[in-house]
Amino acid sequence: MISKEEVKHIADLARLELTGEETDKMQKDLANILGYIEKLGELNVENVEPTFRPVAAQNVWREDEQQKQNPQVIETMLSQMPAKEGNMLKVREIFE
Amino acid sequence: MKKFTDSNNQTIKEIHNGLITKQFTAVELCGFFLRQIEEKDKNINAFLQASPQLALRQAKEIDKAIAGGKKLALLAGIPAAIKDAILVKDFNNTAASLILENFHSAQDATAVAKLREEGAVFLGRTNLDEFAMGSSTEHSAYKITRNPLDVERVPGGTSGGSAAAIAAGECVFALGSDTGGSIRQPAAFCGVVGLKPTYGRVSRYGLIAHASSLEQIGPMAKNVDDCEIVFDAIAGQDPKDSTSVDPEFPISNFQFPNIKIGIPKEYFGRGLDKDIKKAVLETAGKLEKQGVKIEEISLPNAEYALPCYYIIVPSEASANLARFDGIRYGKSEKAENLFGVYAKTRGRGLGEEVKRRIMLGTFALSSGYYDAYYLKAQKARTLIKRDFETAFEKVDFLLTPVSPFQPFKIGEKINDPLKMYLSDVYTISINLAGVPALSMPIPKAKVENMPVGLQIIGPHFSEKNIFHLAKAIEQL
Repeated sequence: MISKEEVKHIADLARLELTGEETDKMQKDLANILGYIEKLGELNVENVEPTFRPVAAQNVWREDEQQKQNPQVIETMLSQMPAKEGNMLKVREIFE
Repeated sequence: MKKFTDSNNQTIKEIHNGLITKQFTAVELCGFFLRQIEEKDKNINAFLQASPQLALRQAKEIDKAIAGGKKLALLAGIPAAIKDAILVKDFNNTAASLILENFHSAQDATAVAKLREEGAVFLGRTNLDEFAMGSSTEHSAYKITRNPLDVERVPGGTSGGSAAAIAAGECVFALGSDTGGSIRQPAAFCGVVGLKPTYGRVSRYGLIAHASSLEQIGPMAKNVDDCEIVFDAIAGQDPKDSTSVDPEFPISNFQFPNIKIGIPKEYFGRGLDKDIKKAVLETAGKLEKQGVKIEEISLPNAEYALPCYYIIVPSEASANLARFDGIRYGKSEKAENLFGVYAKTRGRGLGEEVKRRIMLGTFALSSGYYDAYYLKAQKARTLIKRDFETAFEKVDFLLTPVSPFQPFKIGEKINDPLKMYLSDVYTISINLAGVPALSMPIPKAKVENMPVGLQIIGPHFSEKNIFHLAKAIEQL
């Protein structure tokens, strides 16, 4: 129902590195679950609006102003960074 | 000063009274529960990590306040456990995942900040299925939590650690989270009370996100009154969560027994354990004897809730978990290039169930499949929500089972994802519709020598009414 190529493609989109064994199991599991989900095909949803959020909400706005930040918060966040230079987060090059 | 013992299974109000009348100190109270955790938790594994130093520090502050004659909030000094998906700035929060093994949050979740403000004492962080994905707390990357009522059985999930901690007498109350039943089902499995509030009623700020349009943080406790006290403390609109709301109108027009309760026939069909069915319907019968009107109703699209849920939730989860990429925090693997950092970090740091759901969600949202799966599921969701709205035009509450079966044995369903997903059949529609629901043990009922959970569902923002009904049921 879902090919190995499709599984690899989705894994790439999801940025997940799967082992060969994981890929095999994933193929079976996804096929099973998607098979069950096909049941939704029975429903007639013509002229039905989607519900993206169950309770009516409105956009909440505020001024785009810099808020003063607690130095402890900044310190904790910096301490969590896997790689940094001074106060700056360090990442691998995005462009080659 | 008398030694604090929980031998009478004291309620929050009783403990509060004990503190302000100086029958015991907050430090004493805290020490009692820390010892319970030390003695019992090696067999239960409700806690991922206890926080004795923090807890005692907090308790000392409360004792100072009492000595200084300060007025105490109800929750001051009350020892609580926090599900490890809810951020506490003193904790090493992991969401039971390896990818957050050494993670420290800079801030409290709003619900936690509110409890801290009241003076509650935090005993530690409790176990869950990794990233709140599961129904048994077996998918934790760290430990398997056992049901304190029968250690061969699961405590339910994903708030299994919180439920087990309460049931084992290791804390007075706990916070859990519920995306598809994750407060209600473990509450039922462990014989405690848990509430999933109306969507938006409690701030999700600081809840490690799983499915943002379905989930809520909620209170868990030994009895309904305690559960309500915690709910009152954590509910409220929060500027940090733009989906949070304060209801425009307080709903407290409850006049027992002048209420109508609906029994949705789709929740009592094939697949439900006949003894659970009997216990739930007997409860309805007892309420009817007291003057409550019981009526059979229909939720016609109930059978589509599971497939609907298992498209929407993994889709939202795939987006929410994209942030775990080894860049700003958490585990980070070395690789040849940026793509490799992402793929290796996530491949190695995330558990099997998590990866399965991310894959499912990525598929459902991907080009070519979005309309057939995700969009269709959100339309099905409208129909499911409408079913509840229609039902609540006729009745005030719905009464249903929480789970189609009693707590299963550890290991029984872990190898069959679909079988595990079917555990949630009675709880997930509630999250899709955003309505509130409470899970409580049916008084005196036992099936397989385990408590039986009852679910009370109400219209949006009817939590207060639900609590009233639940208290009436507690007295049956």
